[in-house]
Amino acid sequence: MATKASRSAARVMIAPSVLLLLGWMLIPLALTLYFSVLRYNLLMPGANPFVGIENYTYFLTDPAFTDAIINTLLLVGGVLLITVLGGIGLAILLDQPMWGQGIVRILVIAPFFVMPTVSALVWKNMFMNPVNGLFAYLAKAVGMQPFDFFAVAPLASIIGIVSWQWLPFATLILLTAMQSLDSEQLEAAEMDGAGPVARFRYIMLPHMARAITVVILIQTIFLLSIFAEILVTTNGGPGTASTNLTFLVYAESLLRFDVGTGSAGGVVAIVLANIVAIFLMRMIGKNLDT
Amino acid sequence: MARAISPRRKALNTAIAWTIGIMIFFPILWTFLTSFKTEAQAIADPPVWFLFDWTTENYTTVQERSNYFRHFWNSVVISVGSTIIGLAIAIPAAWSMAFVPSKHTKNILMWMLSTKMLPPVGVLVPIYLIFRDLKLLDTQFGLIIVLTLINLPIIVWMLYTYFKEIPGEILEAARMDGASLRSEVLYILLPMAVPGIASTMLLNIILAWNEAFWTLNLTAAKAAPLTAFIASYSSPEGLFYAKLSAASTMAIAPILIMGWFSQKQLVRGLTFGAVK
Repeated sequence: MATKASRSAARVMIAPSVLLLLGWMLIPLALTLYFSVLRYNLLMPGANPFVGIENYTYFLTDPAFTDAIINTLLLVGGVLLITVLGGIGLAILLDQPMWGQGIVRILVIAPFFVMPTVSALVWKNMFMNPVNGLFAYLAKAVGMQPFDFFAVAPLASIIGIVSWQWLPFATLILLTAMQSLDSEQLEAAEMDGAGPVARFRYIMLPHMARAITVVILIQTIFLLSIFAEILVTTNGGPGTASTNLTFLVYAESLLRFDVGTGSAGGVVAIVLANIVAIFLMRMIGKNLDT
Repeated sequence: MARAISPRRKALNTAIAWTIGIMIFFPILWTFLTSFKTEAQAIADPPVWFLFDWTTENYTTVQERSNYFRHFWNSVVISVGSTIIGLAIAIPAAWSMAFVPSKHTKNILMWMLSTKMLPPVGVLVPIYLIFRDLKLLDTQFGLIIVLTLINLPIIVWMLYTYFKEIPGEILEAARMDGASLRSEVLYILLPMAVPGIASTMLLNIILAWNEAFWTLNLTAAKAAPLTAFIASYSSPEGLFYAKLSAASTMAIAPILIMGWFSQKQLVRGLTFGAVK
């Protein structure tokens, strides 16, 4: 068992990680909170007077904020819907006996490893471009008008791209869960006369429930922070049509140089992410005991 | 046990799965093919598939015009550098939590995880200003620091789950035989944990290589890794599909290969052990 000496050694060895993360969390967080109550614009040097909640009122009453919240919810919700439903389907499919299962798996997982800027630009130019894109060519081939994805439906197009990136993640995790399902259970159900729908509804779905929750929570954390895909495709536009909360804060602070308002937006983003994080942490924490 | 199913059913599964798999993979395949076309072939109507004069011209052009390999090298230095520093900090921490657990261990693990949930945009402004004042903007060193810190919780967690599987008695036996703490970790623990450490390393290199919030916001030209370099293609001039494809292919190929090797560990690393 652990001795007194090893206890103190353990504390010394864990200290660097804890101190670094503590600093990484507390210092910027304290500064964000501090900046958020100042009138602080990088273009207007001089005194940065205390203004209380003025930045928050400004940020929260800005029509762009309402748009950004709606877009954030649509983006997160849309991608979750596509990836979770698609992931469940693919996981069940890939769990069936077939030839070349390993290769199919590799093909399906691949998009997850493509860096966000590459996937966004490849989709935007080589597929969704209304003149030279592959989709435009396909539309013309069947006699339809090419669709100008980013002009007509910028947010939906981004949802499509991001779903392509995250579908592999959902599939991989749900497949892992599926593979731990005892196939004898399915066989027994089949012998008792349970049809495919009943087997899915009463055996597979409950078995995957936990993994589905994990997928939803982890993806939500990442999807709330989607940034690169918006930056290289639409730059948040047209207008605010594809601006999410992350992009709005970036625009306030690094494009309009309004540190005060940007910081207030940052605090709002932290509060929203924490609501999701609490649920996720509770689930992971429960698992740690077993 | 695999259930006995009819060959017809198996053939049907295979056909559906391969069709979907190829559709999902198609954008990557198309990028790869386009990178070997001329710019005119890249936008040809109807599209050309395999029967074109394969050329490597785009790869040389991308390198000549924009010094591609500098950005590639930045990506390598930043992702490998941050991973190695992260491992050096995390291995002792994971050792101490796995083999000398206290009543705080669980809380510390959960707290570390919570730092990962902080949305980056919430701390963008202060980090940007601190970097500006310390002259760390657009430096490899600055990005290594940030990526080390954002991936540290994942590294600690993954190592912790791997170390947990090693029986503590072996380490104790070494201690009884008079091994110092340093040799206990270096000569007993690390050799046994090599597979776990390797997959932790692989996953973190992948995550750091593809990180596209801090790399885009904290670099300009000098230290820009591939994520930021590729982003410069968002305001193109003239025909550029073939060149974009060549740059993209080189940017994703190494990580795609590493990713395929680490797909099993991916689940473990990204769900923090919540799905096994």
